[in-house]
Amino acid sequence: MNRLLPLARTWGPLIGIALVAIALLVVAPAVLSPFRLNNLGKYVCWAIAGVGIGLAWGRGGMLVMGQGVFFGLGGYAMAMHLKLEAAMATGGPDAIPDFMVLYGDGTMPGWWEPFRSGAFTLFAIVALPAVAATILGWAIFKRRVKGAYFAILTQALAVAFATLLIATIKQTGGFNGLNQFTLFFGYNLYDPVNKKMIYSIAAAVLVVCLVVVWQLYRSRFGELLVATRDAEERVRFLGHDPANIKLVAFIVAAIMASIGGALFAPITGIISPSDVDATASIFLIAGVALGGRALLLGPALGALAVGYGRTALSESFPDQWTYFLGLLFIVVILFFPSGLGNAWSQVTQRLRPQHQEATR
Amino acid sequence: MFHSRTRLATGTALALTTALSLSACGGSKSGESSAAESCVDTSGDTIKLGFLNSTSGAMAISEQTVRDSLAMAAEEINASGGILGKKIEPVVEDGASDPAIFAEKIEKLLTGDCVAAVFGGWTSASRKAMLPVVEADNGLLFYPVQYEGLEASKNIYYSGATTNQQIIPAMDFLKSQGVKTLFLAGSDYVFPRTANKIIKQYAKELGIKIVGEEYVPLDDDDWTTQVAKIADAKPDFVFNTINGSSNVGFIKAYYEQGLSPATSPIISVSIAEEEAPAMGKDVTGQYAAWNYFQSVKSPANETFIKAFQAKYGADRPTSDPMEAAYTSLYLYKALVEKADSFDVDKINDSADGVSFDAPEGTVTIDGENHHIAKTGLIGRINKDNQFDVVWSSEEPIEPDPFLKGYSWWDPSAS
Repeated sequence: MNRLLPLARTWGPLIGIALVAIALLVVAPAVLSPFRLNNLGKYVCWAIAGVGIGLAWGRGGMLVMGQGVFFGLGGYAMAMHLKLEAAMATGGPDAIPDFMVLYGDGTMPGWWEPFRSGAFTLFAIVALPAVAATILGWAIFKRRVKGAYFAILTQALAVAFATLLIATIKQTGGFNGLNQFTLFFGYNLYDPVNKKMIYSIAAAVLVVCLVVVWQLYRSRFGELLVATRDAEERVRFLGHDPANIKLVAFIVAAIMASIGGALFAPITGIISPSDVDATASIFLIAGVALGGRALLLGPALGALAVGYGRTALSESFPDQWTYFLGLLFIVVILFFPSGLGNAWSQVTQRLRPQHQEATR
Repeated sequence: MFHSRTRLATGTALALTTALSLSACGGSKSGESSAAESCVDTSGDTIKLGFLNSTSGAMAISEQTVRDSLAMAAEEINASGGILGKKIEPVVEDGASDPAIFAEKIEKLLTGDCVAAVFGGWTSASRKAMLPVVEADNGLLFYPVQYEGLEASKNIYYSGATTNQQIIPAMDFLKSQGVKTLFLAGSDYVFPRTANKIIKQYAKELGIKIVGEEYVPLDDDDWTTQVAKIADAKPDFVFNTINGSSNVGFIKAYYEQGLSPATSPIISVSIAEEEAPAMGKDVTGQYAAWNYFQSVKSPANETFIKAFQAKYGADRPTSDPMEAAYTSLYLYKALVEKADSFDVDKINDSADGVSFDAPEGTVTIDGENHHIAKTGLIGRINKDNQFDVVWSSEEPIEPDPFLKGYSWWDPSAS
């Protein structure tokens, strides 16, 4: 039994990831209709962002309430490219997006220009959130801002970001956001085969993200991150700078959110301020909380479940579904504050209270 | 030992992922999007229609009224025998005031529920999000709200006004009133921006001077500093393109800073019978441009108001968007019956000239751009928060969403 434990520790999470991979990449495309598969693709995008939140919040203790900002950076970067691709397909290499002609003065801001290149766009999807998170994280963590102050600050950023997008109607499409894409790196976005391909890419990215955080969790860095969450001062006395440790987790979480957003744009065909604002950010958090923020698979499965729940409830009860969803959150937070993923261990702990300390 | 096991595990995981995703991927680059096969079932004695309105979120208060009048129109049509003998079976969905949800739900309605047509949408954002989906699936969408124009899709019928049926008549009315100076106040949103672009170009043509232009974000209620500029400029009229609840803040600031209909009256394009009593101030004497008012005198309107208030309560006013939604369902019935088919292409082929004796007057579909000819009306708010019609275009105005018939219009000018 004792000899099996380390084995289970190595292979257990891996089997979990493999099951997720098989479910998403083999089972789902085989059994779901193209429309349902596309919906699942949307939840997968939220799950990718959720995995990052699990790292920053579950393991790092940073309640990132503004991940919509990074989701939006990736989403808008991709959407700008898709918008230009659609324009160039009909109007030649110098064509500009339709909304700039309709609502603006028919000129394109210079900073749109590089997004004509697909390679630059892919680079920007990773680089933009990385740079933004580095600057932001550096300023926040070096000043030892944490707890509720950190949460409020990130939430305020999401509000500011959405307001900025709405106000810059001529540059970003404003409240309408960016939509009416036709091509995805040369592939017709409305061909069911290509939709399936984009879904598969998203699902594969989610699996890769799970493998990445699994590796991070079992590395020295992962240990330090949990130590920082639980006793930041002690980590400092041991000679580590907690700010750097948190910064890395924050940046990884930002990049994952950005990649999720970048895949969200072609899957849903639209990115608008309502997908990246404070409400959207809280919605991302909700999935992670529901699934179990500190677990490996909890955030991803939670995000998938909340996405599915939102669709299923709103289809069955189009007029009352928001109440049901709210009720569900209240029940989970009341009875399983560390997420449904921990429900089993919580129940067994209650049955055997003497083991409580040991299993912590 | 531990280390190598880790590597092995990681390697396995990555290899597995790559293999799985490669097997699942199979993009077709050449693939001409296979023309969407319609899955609409017309064999039974019912026909499914989708009603897609926001019943949650910020737009719920407005869109619920549209949902109500659609439900009423469906009941009426069913009571009189349905469409081509088939009873309407509504499938309702919540757009949740979120464009991405609208895109998801319309796809569900068209490909999952296989509805013959979808009715709904309010914000331009929601319509823009639904447009590519309804085109890809070759479905039908009936959009019931006045909007900024510059759009025409063969898969959308626009039963609300385009700019040359609301904005331009409003300017003609201002000209007839001898207005010399005009101040523009709007939400920072595509409709006000586009409307004001048109207003500015037409004002130049009419010799009206624009003495100011201010925008405030959609969800912002604080108009204090912007209204101060209006008070300074003392314009003959204020053209109000503010959306939704932001109007309350605007009206509050307007009266508190001493402005009144006697000095600088307001003409609005989104304050109707529903909104007027909710402004928190007595707005008697202010104006609005629409294509329908509850006060319109016609037998069709009398029947409409009576039926609506019998169903939803005597205190419920009727307004332009709900009338346009009600009309859109009857237009759909007329379209299907003329085509003698629920097939989208057949409906489109015979759409030109289809008309309906609507509460606002007779409306006729333009087969070219799928908008409808509507009469432009200007109303002045009376003490009962109803609108007295003070100006009318007399005849229905042919829809011209791209303003091709207006020589002063230059879309590329700022």
